[in-house]
Amino acid sequence: MKPAPFRYHRPATPAEAWETLAADPGAKVLAGGQSLVPLLSMRLASPPALVDINAVAGLDAIEIRDDGVHVGALVRHADLLASPEAGKVQPLLARALVHVAHPTIRNRGTSVGSLVHADSAAELPAVLALLGGSVVAGSVRGTRTVPAEQLFVGPLESSLRPDELALGAVFPALPEGAGVAFGEVARRHGDYALCGVAALVHGDTVKASYLSVSDVPTVVDLTGVPEEELGDVALQHLDPVGDIHATADYRAQLVRVLTKKVVRQARLDRLDDREAR
Amino acid sequence: MTEELHQVTLSVNGVAHEVTVPARRLLSDALRHDLGLTGTHVGCEHGVCGACTVLLDGRPTRACLMFAVTAQGAAITTVEGLAEPDGSLGPVQQAFAECHGLQCGFCTPGFLTTITAGLRDNPTPTHEEAREMVSGNLCRCTGYQNIVKAVERAAELGRTAKDAS
Ligand SMILES: Cc1cc2nc3c(=O)[nH]c(=O)nc-3n(C[C@H](O)[C@H](O)[C@H](O)COP(=O)(O)OP(=O)(O)OC[C@H]3O[C@@H](n4cnc5c(N)ncnc54)[C@H](O)[C@@H]3O)c2cc1C
Ligand code: FES
Ligand code: FES
Repeated sequence: MKPAPFRYHRPATPAEAWETLAADPGAKVLAGGQSLVPLLSMRLASPPALVDINAVAGLDAIEIRDDGVHVGALVRHADLLASPEAGKVQPLLARALVHVAHPTIRNRGTSVGSLVHADSAAELPAVLALLGGSVVAGSVRGTRTVPAEQLFVGPLESSLRPDELALGAVFPALPEGAGVAFGEVARRHGDYALCGVAALVHGDTVKASYLSVSDVPTVVDLTGVPEEELGDVALQHLDPVGDIHATADYRAQLVRVLTKKVVRQARLDRLDDREAR
Repeated sequence: MTEELHQVTLSVNGVAHEVTVPARRLLSDALRHDLGLTGTHVGCEHGVCGACTVLLDGRPTRACLMFAVTAQGAAITTVEGLAEPDGSLGPVQQAFAECHGLQCGFCTPGFLTTITAGLRDNPTPTHEEAREMVSGNLCRCTGYQNIVKAVERAAELGRTAKDAS
């Protein structure tokens, strides 16, 4: 249960970080370490070098811009959850973040790290996918924006290149008159979900995004689907599998129950919004 | 291969310590082995049990999910730092003793650090909030009821101390 030896780099600027990534092939970025350190300790990963970005300046800001919430790569889950501005501009963030692990893990784990780690059982990738957000990545070749639909390519696999540093993510603002909701079922509060659903209702459009029931976060368009059929329509796009925590049938049943419930909550969220104005 | 060593200054319970460690030294191991502060316990070593929880700049953090080199510059508080300056038990420790919040004591350091920060942020937790405060820590002995009671008792002790001062 101890990591294998690795070379350690502690850059102070983003440019220094990506130059180091380019110069030391195979090096991995160390952000909050809440996913990476267990992998290293269990020796499921043993990269030759780590680039610790915790001392990189300028990556810890949460900024509200016209297009939404900009989250720097060193913003911890707990900081994003506690931000009243972020909560106002995109309420789905806080509704999902309370389900991410326990407060102690959220104190250290970064929201952007969670996106790049691309665990299909994680909450934030599903949220980014539903909202059509993006990640901004930098490397010696320059910076580029990677939209969510191109980011998540497989289980624990993002499309960032090995020498790219994610600088931040953009979670689009909630459009006026739209509603959002999040729900999941886990064995124990704080555990990874057996199934989770995020929903967005805007005008006639209804969309739901899923975690833990497919290889990659999956967004399903449920516009015009009658309430009783929502779950079964969604299941045509999902692939719940059985494991030690739950059978495939049980997960499918959770898709049916949660889809109906969460879509209904998103509709109500939209109505609440109207009454408030 | 001879492993590269790093000089790190760890600030623990207000005292600066110089340690020379390989980059892969977990913070939990640096505290226990390099500094001899064995109050921080190690259970699962992958972030699940909470026994190793320390305060990093005041926030509960898993010491087993951090490298000592990363902790450079941060203020670390371990269970050894929770006693009163005269060596008597701090309010959370006292509450654990009064409420039988521990049996074997293996999990206790992680609960004490977590609750200390929890009550600082929310000095008057509801019963529900008291449970939520300890939901990320595992205990194989007590069945948790007395730990939740200890959270509420520690909050009470904290209030009395405030009134007295
Ligand atoms: C007990 C426990 C329970 C958990 N439960 C949940 C849960 O319920 N839901 C959930 O979503 N998560 C959960 N997590 C994971 C947690 O949210 C992690 O913090 C998160 O997934 C990764 O963020 P990190 O900053 O810790 O990344 P790290 O662990 O540092 O890195 C993870 C991966 O992403 C890469 N990476 C990170 N940041 C960057 C960057 N800026 N640029 C390029 N690459 C980068 C790393 O190289 C690594 O491959 C849990 C973790 C633990 C220990
Ligand atoms: S030893 Fe760190 S959480 Fe279990
Ligand atoms: S008192 Fe024994 S594990 Fe908690």
